[in-house]
Amino acid sequence: MQALTNRLKEVDRRKMNFLERLYLISIFKGMMITFSHIFKKKPTIDYPEKTRPFSPVFRGLHILNRDEAGRENCTACGLCAVACPAEAITMEAAERQANEENLYREEKYAAKYEINMLRCIFCGLCEEACPKDAIYLSETVPPADYQRKQFIYKKEELLIPHPIENFEAYKKALGNRVKKETDNFKI
Amino acid sequence: MLLAIDLAFIIEKLVLIVIVVMASLVIAMYATYGERKIAAILQDRRGPNRAGPFGILQPVADGLKLFFKEEIIPDFSSKFLFILGPSMAMLTAIMTGAVIPWGNKIHFFNRDISLQIADVNVGILYVFAVVSMGVYGIMIGSWASNNKYSLMGGLRAASQIISYELAMGISLIALLMITGTLSLKEMVAQQQAGYWNIFYQPLGFLIFLICAFAECNRTPFDLAEAENELIGGYHTEYSSMKLGFYLFSEYINMFVSSVIMATLFFGGYDIPFLNEANYDQNWMALFGLIALMTKVICFIFLFMWVRWTIPRFRYDQLMNLGWRILIPLALFNMLVTGALILLKQSNWHF
Repeated sequence: MQALTNRLKEVDRRKMNFLERLYLISIFKGMMITFSHIFKKKPTIDYPEKTRPFSPVFRGLHILNRDEAGRENCTACGLCAVACPAEAITMEAAERQANEENLYREEKYAAKYEINMLRCIFCGLCEEACPKDAIYLSETVPPADYQRKQFIYKKEELLIPHPIENFEAYKKALGNRVKKETDNFKI
Repeated sequence: MLLAIDLAFIIEKLVLIVIVVMASLVIAMYATYGERKIAAILQDRRGPNRAGPFGILQPVADGLKLFFKEEIIPDFSSKFLFILGPSMAMLTAIMTGAVIPWGNKIHFFNRDISLQIADVNVGILYVFAVVSMGVYGIMIGSWASNNKYSLMGGLRAASQIISYELAMGISLIALLMITGTLSLKEMVAQQQAGYWNIFYQPLGFLIFLICAFAECNRTPFDLAEAENELIGGYHTEYSSMKLGFYLFSEYINMFVSSVIMATLFFGGYDIPFLNEANYDQNWMALFGLIALMTKVICFIFLFMWVRWTIPRFRYDQLMNLGWRILIPLALFNMLVTGALILLKQSNWHF
């Protein structure tokens, strides 16, 4: 039979001689191998203290984006919910009142916006569907929880921190995935 | 008066006993930590590093966990023996420390205090007797468990001890022929004056080392608790601190056999290239103890290093090695030593 690789090794079936039957030489060889591993670099990352950087295409938890003045982008058009293959997104629209211009960017907004993280498959289609730049998949992993209902993320959990009141947290939540920058607001 | 009670003597010995028992427990505790850490390092892992800095509180956490676990005594077991098993394993493991010379005499409160609990003149025989009693703990425990796997583990432990104790004893006879004494303290004194026994008995040491691995039930001879064949071997049915006692006694045994090997072959508390008599007695006792512990730690490292290198022997390989290789080698070693001693006595004349 033709060998697939050139690493073929015949099995040595000779009877062991006395020295080999003592096993000492082979044991010593083996011990040298394990000893050499003391000086090897360990590939482990000390997880909670250090985290591995995510790849640029990583899709994690969703964030609902705000504009530079801190107004919510979402207009509750429902395109994300339509695009969602797992049907994880539900929302309820409401009309903006006269004194709410500083809260919502357009006349219509999402009064209720929920994503079921147990259904979500983190495909990122909602992000692609959104015409208003309102939903993004951030670079965080959904945390574990004890109850199913805790996995239905409400608007409070999804909304990004206010960019003026809490800029650091805003920038951190935004991550690197939000590419679009407006003229008067550089990230 | 023969029966006059020397109170200071009793107090001194009691303190020494408490210290030795405590020290061997603490060392066994930290041997578990060392085991895990060394295993990790040899396998390119980190090992325990969560509890305390570098994970040094890990053995405390492990001990606490064992205490809080549910104590299960199987319905079909014989309960008295079931409890006796781990107790005996622990007892015999701790008892061996009694004859080991931990250092030379120290001078405190106008008294010369010997750092040895009992300088028995048959010290090494005492160690042997107690160590071979240790297997009773395993046998009784495994029998009392009323479990096939436990029983098999116990049988293996017993036959292993029998096979390896022979070679160990014979290798030791060669050493005793050279030293001419059974007292451990005397042996150390001889090695302090002359050379370490390892130079006279390299083959004897090797045989002794291999047998010590077998006596301690350490890999590659841990057939008694072969996880992948016998579930847990003799401690399959044990839980909570009874299991802890078994595991602990293994580590204490390892510590004690390291001390014995250091004492018999590596000069015990002797500091190489240094004449202890020239310096202050108390300081020398301290440094001697440190020297002994350094040797012991090296041996414990060797135990662990071997464990994480070599896979377990098959049962027939174990028996082959014991009966057909080690015992003939030990006999050969004994004969050669005897012949050389005879030659030396007749001033190298044939």
